[in-house]
Amino acid sequence: MKHFAALIQQLELSNKTNDKIAALVDYFSSANEKDKPYVIAMFTGKKPKRPVSTALIKEWAIAESNIPSWLFTESYHNVGDLSETIALVLPPAKTEIDKPLQEWMSDLAAISSQNEEQKKEYILSTWNGLNTSERFIFNKLISGNFRIGVSNKMLVNAIAKQSGIESSKIMHAIMGKWDPSKITYQQLIDGAHVNTDNSWPYPFCLAYALDTEPENIGKPSQWQAEWKWDGIRGQIIKRNGELFIWSRGEELVTDQFPELHFLKNELPDGTVLDGEILSIKNGQVQSFSTLQQRLNRKTITKDQLINAPIGFYVYDILEYKTEDIRLKKLQERRKILEKVIADLITTDIVKISPVIPFETWENLGALRLTARQINSEGIMLKNINSTFHSGRKRGDWWKWKINPYTIDAVMIYAQKGSGRRANFYTDYTFAVSDGEKLITIAKAYSGLTDKEIKEVNAFVNKNAIEKFGPVRTVKPELVFEIAFEGIAESKRHKAGLALRFPRIARWRKDKKVSEINTLDDLKQLISSVSLAPEEK
Amino acid sequence: MSLINFTNKGIYCKQGNFYIDPWQPVDYAVTTHGHADHVKWGNKHYLCHELTKPILRQRYGLEENVQTLPYHQTININGVKLSLHPAGHVIGSSQIRLEYKGEVCVVSGDYKLEYDGISTAFEPVKCHTFVSESTFGLPIYHWEPQYQIFEQIKNWLSANNAKQKTSILIAYSLGKAQRLIKNLAGSYPIYVHQSVAKLNEGFVKAGINLPETITITPLIKKEELQKGLIIIPPALADGKWVKSLIQPATAICSGWMMVRAGRRWRSADAGFTLSDHADWPSLLEAIKATQAEKVFVTHGYTAIFSKYLNEIGITAEEVNTKYGSEENDDDNQIKQNEIS
Repeated sequence: MKHFAALIQQLELSNKTNDKIAALVDYFSSANEKDKPYVIAMFTGKKPKRPVSTALIKEWAIAESNIPSWLFTESYHNVGDLSETIALVLPPAKTEIDKPLQEWMSDLAAISSQNEEQKKEYILSTWNGLNTSERFIFNKLISGNFRIGVSNKMLVNAIAKQSGIESSKIMHAIMGKWDPSKITYQQLIDGAHVNTDNSWPYPFCLAYALDTEPENIGKPSQWQAEWKWDGIRGQIIKRNGELFIWSRGEELVTDQFPELHFLKNELPDGTVLDGEILSIKNGQVQSFSTLQQRLNRKTITKDQLINAPIGFYVYDILEYKTEDIRLKKLQERRKILEKVIADLITTDIVKISPVIPFETWENLGALRLTARQINSEGIMLKNINSTFHSGRKRGDWWKWKINPYTIDAVMIYAQKGSGRRANFYTDYTFAVSDGEKLITIAKAYSGLTDKEIKEVNAFVNKNAIEKFGPVRTVKPELVFEIAFEGIAESKRHKAGLALRFPRIARWRKDKKVSEINTLDDLKQLISSVSLAPEEK
Repeated sequence: MSLINFTNKGIYCKQGNFYIDPWQPVDYAVTTHGHADHVKWGNKHYLCHELTKPILRQRYGLEENVQTLPYHQTININGVKLSLHPAGHVIGSSQIRLEYKGEVCVVSGDYKLEYDGISTAFEPVKCHTFVSESTFGLPIYHWEPQYQIFEQIKNWLSANNAKQKTSILIAYSLGKAQRLIKNLAGSYPIYVHQSVAKLNEGFVKAGINLPETITITPLIKKEELQKGLIIIPPALADGKWVKSLIQPATAICSGWMMVRAGRRWRSADAGFTLSDHADWPSLLEAIKATQAEKVFVTHGYTAIFSKYLNEIGITAEEVNTKYGSEENDDDNQIKQNEIS
């Protein structure tokens, strides 16, 4: 485990992708052969059954450290991670245990079936034999939650570099079904358990942001306009009876979206579709925050299926009857696509992304302003003669997004962050003015640089008025520009409205608290948004 | 009547009419140690340990109005008996013991229990009232013995050396720097920033035995620095100069490196948990050893630590002070472009 602990430390110390990949390559070149599949399983979130509950582990740690539980909670607030808090509060180890990772994993699998007393004995004696960093890893092994900033893509790139095997094949192989106790590293990355010949995706064709007036790109008749949907760009592949869904992040996400699995029976073999994974309810595209409930989940509950049903809006077709048709013109591909979608038996879930008819740019510009009403981010413009490029190419595809809304608000509460941001006040609550009072309208925690966060942190430390657990009320003095994507009435919020995707756009050091926006400004915004386009 | 009062100028002894580590100018200031959050410029009179004087001289240009004492020697100020006792925090750091009509109070400033090889080792002093810091007053802070930490640092240095990397240790110029120099001398030439060099010069004149170091100047070749070990204060850690070195590898030496979030927050290549403050078990040990009836908890996790002390039967009270920002204050004296 010392080797693995060293890897974790290296991965944590750097925030440069290249350094992390180098550390992973180094590890996979020299680690214990049997450990490697476990490491891949861990980093890709393949959790073994949890042998002991968090509550018990915590209880035992508190008892072993001989501290009151409130003090453990305070410690946790300062550390930001439960496994780490436990590792730190326990008294120093009195023995030394050194076992390879895979032995720990099989130990943990074995104690699953034991009684509580036996589990406790095993865990306490282990804690007593490991140093702080090893204990931390051991606790993570128990919980199975090993998030340390290694994305699937990064892991795959590192293994590809180490092995010389193509990365899309490795991605498919590790996303498949396998058991780290029964497969060797080589078998795993060779994809012995899956057929990687069927799954390979095409590179996505990407658009540039339109940085000029649309009049400058030519006549409207040369352009196909579509709504720009705010979901996850995806590629759906059906080959030799198998179905694969890739996300734009080049990750296989097939299992996450069971609603789309009917395509396995309904799409002809040798078909590849490009589109957007969205949450669609009663024919309406839902907001990104609804979709988010469905992302990166290993298991999906019935509630999630009901609250955030998945649909797919198809933009393009890249392979038809096993033939790569990316070099055909967009208007030709569109015709083929219309036919393929029309042939589906199940309707409503997978739909063709509609083309927006328009006569003049002015006409389209007006429509663009209504995008938010249908949870769209703006408009996509595609040249009707364009091919499906690999990656980004200027000139053929443009995204014409609507600007985010912005308001100026004052910070009134601050809370310490977790993870990397533990111990710094990084989560802020903002208010606008309502007569003489301030009223809370949003919470945001992104958009500031580390340097700015330190500055705000110092301000909070000096200007905290009251404490409510981890939250500090601060003197209303710092003004921030808050950007957001939408606004809606909300009974659950004191202000009577809720902002969608609020984030800090910038710190307005030039503004005083007397210059912030008012609640009335926001209410006006709601009424202007809900107007139908004709009434504008 | 209590021997000390917490006022808006600092800790005040009414009977003796003097302040301890005041943060506003006063007539008579008793100084626990030389860190910037404990010494302010502008007092009429300073009383400190004889090894703190070189620091006041170098940093504040103070000379005539500084009165010094060795450890354990008692003087009488307006009827209050005052003596200094080693706090083990940095060179010259002292706990201030006050006695008046049989009542004893100890103000400890900053302290650590482990002997660091260069600062006079901490001594517990029995008292009725004890004023304690709580910088690391959470049970997550347990220091490893320093020989283990130095072992880790030495391993890191030789790994860097093998990869032709330039090793840069980031440490406060007062305290941590001297501790590193003393414990790491021998294998590599040690290059120090001038803020460290100036302090060292004062210490050597005052009779402290410090290994030899080389002051960094723009004339020293990068290839020379690459083979040595560089010690710079935190203000320079992210600066251009560090980036201009050959394959620079930086490491922060601080108690905050105990927690992953602390390590990741700072953009260093390594972090070593080496602190000049007491860890959780040491704070408790030190406080119990004083047998104090009342403990005032100053800078750090004051609320949490005093709550815990009360729970285990030690009467404690949280006090708001301006201490605990030595990092920022000491840093502000150093400008980014001082080298090069």
